[in-house]
Amino acid sequence: MSTLTTPARKAAPAAGTTPGTSQGPPRRIALLPTAVLVLGALYCLLPVAWVLVAATKSSTELFSTFTFLPGSGFGENLTDLNAYRDGIYWQWMANSGLYAGLGALLSTVVSAVSGYALAIYRFPGREAIFKVMLAGVLMPPVILAIPQYLLLAKVGLTDTYLSVLLPLVLSPYGVYLGRIYAAAAIPAELVEAGRMDGAGEWRIFLRIAVPMMSPGLVTIFLFQFVAIWNNFLLPFIMLGDDGKFPMTVGLFTLLKQGAGTPALYTLVVTGALLAIVPLIALFLVIQRFWSLDLLSGAVKS
Amino acid sequence: MSRIHQRSYGVKAAPYGFLLPAVVLFALFFALPIGYALWLSLHRVEVKGLGLGKGAREEVWAGFSNYAAALTDAELGHGALRVLGYGAIVVPVMLGLALLFALLLDTERVRARSFSRLTIFLPYAIPGVVAALLWGFLYLPDVSPFHYALDAMGLPGPDLLDGGGLFVALANIAVWGGTGFNMIVIYTSLRSIPAEVYEAAKLDGATPLQIALRIKIPMVAPSLVLTFFFSVIATLQVFSEPTTLKPLTNGVSTTWSPLMKVYNDAFLGGNVYAASATAVVLALATFVLSFALLRASDSGSQQGGSR
Repeated sequence: MSTLTTPARKAAPAAGTTPGTSQGPPRRIALLPTAVLVLGALYCLLPVAWVLVAATKSSTELFSTFTFLPGSGFGENLTDLNAYRDGIYWQWMANSGLYAGLGALLSTVVSAVSGYALAIYRFPGREAIFKVMLAGVLMPPVILAIPQYLLLAKVGLTDTYLSVLLPLVLSPYGVYLGRIYAAAAIPAELVEAGRMDGAGEWRIFLRIAVPMMSPGLVTIFLFQFVAIWNNFLLPFIMLGDDGKFPMTVGLFTLLKQGAGTPALYTLVVTGALLAIVPLIALFLVIQRFWSLDLLSGAVKS
Repeated sequence: MSRIHQRSYGVKAAPYGFLLPAVVLFALFFALPIGYALWLSLHRVEVKGLGLGKGAREEVWAGFSNYAAALTDAELGHGALRVLGYGAIVVPVMLGLALLFALLLDTERVRARSFSRLTIFLPYAIPGVVAALLWGFLYLPDVSPFHYALDAMGLPGPDLLDGGGLFVALANIAVWGGTGFNMIVIYTSLRSIPAEVYEAAKLDGATPLQIALRIKIPMVAPSLVLTFFFSVIATLQVFSEPTTLKPLTNGVSTTWSPLMKVYNDAFLGGNVYAASATAVVLALATFVLSFALLRASDSGSQQGGSR
């Protein structure tokens, strides 16, 4: 039972503080641990700092000037990227947004209803359904991808938006999180009270369960959004038409062409910078809404 | 949960209704493809006559011949060894750093806590393809700051895109991308330890290091096992990072990792039957290896906890 209550309890302390150490007068800083942490942070920032600088370099500067010396070609790089194949880069960006946004939304809905059903009701087959779905977590994407491609080809769906969206809607991990959040957040008495008042099961779910589960649902949405935004294998296999590519596959094909045409490298670098800006921005904005503790706390045990 | 008294038919049917979308999707996109992959792996194509026209290509029962071919394929064996070598670097380094950072975040009087936590977690938001692309450029001798520094000192730079250097280069990308997420999992688990647990140790004069080694690490053992388990699975399936580095170097072959070989066989070689058999072998190997490791680390952590 303890696993069911921990997410709610852990969300309580403010981020970045250790309970019991914040009181009292300020004491001296633990220098070594702080230094190691900051070193770790700098290591994680290194490629991001590089791409920020590199995107300002012209194609000759990219391989000739010192790594962290800014160049003079940012405006030109942007214009080139914009002009490349009639702005197909922005199409990739929009596609990634569509796959990740719609996919995560549908995935959250499915995770919410199934997690709720698995947590609140007792019915024959409950554990069997849950365990079979959970086993899906362990299924390597590669064993799924080939037959998924062939089966979708049989119904004429490969190389469509649906071929990238549909296989990602059911996320076993999302269902698992949905069940944990529903069990932790919804008191059985409240569901029972709803029934006494004559509300139907669907209405109880929408009016009582969804609002109570909403912090967890935000976490599932963001987790799925990042997972789909970062996905490479599935769209790489499913899609042939580069107008439907997400950012990851688009940048990869650009890099591949760059091997033959090094002038394209500046486009790749500028494209990579623009590709990580939205997610970093999303992270900074939502870190207060998105409880990382919920994401990881629920997996514990 | 069980206290809900179910009276009407509506209540009894409700959970099945709620689960319907998930069950349908599972059947279509998990169960059916897995079944089809198994079916494919046991078949092969027989070409009749000149192989032209409808009916000239026929799927026939192949028994376990695809499996026999996969298991004796030298290139698959090499790929498996490469990935095991890669994993032998990635998993210990990544989890070691994740544990270290989590413990440091949980240390008293540490500054820059939320900055470090957010920054170390940041690579999680960056797609593997983009991460490999950024690091790939940083590995190029003309771009790399390491080469620049070594050059300035008159030393030769290592080749990070071939031979042994390639393993380090690929491992670095995975460590960079995965440390933050694992750190958060372990840190969360550290934060859920009640403060009273430390108080007795503090009264006995235990140093922070002793508390970390003797109390904190054993208490977060379950999340270490979990992160370990997921890291092993993710490592064995490495695909997008070596695929992304490939255009930058000849050091990465099209069959560098077993997963790349499966992709190649199925979509470039056109032999989905052989590729399916290889995929099934890989899936089984992943299961066996991860469960064996899980069991081993489980008994290890129990011994650690009972001291």
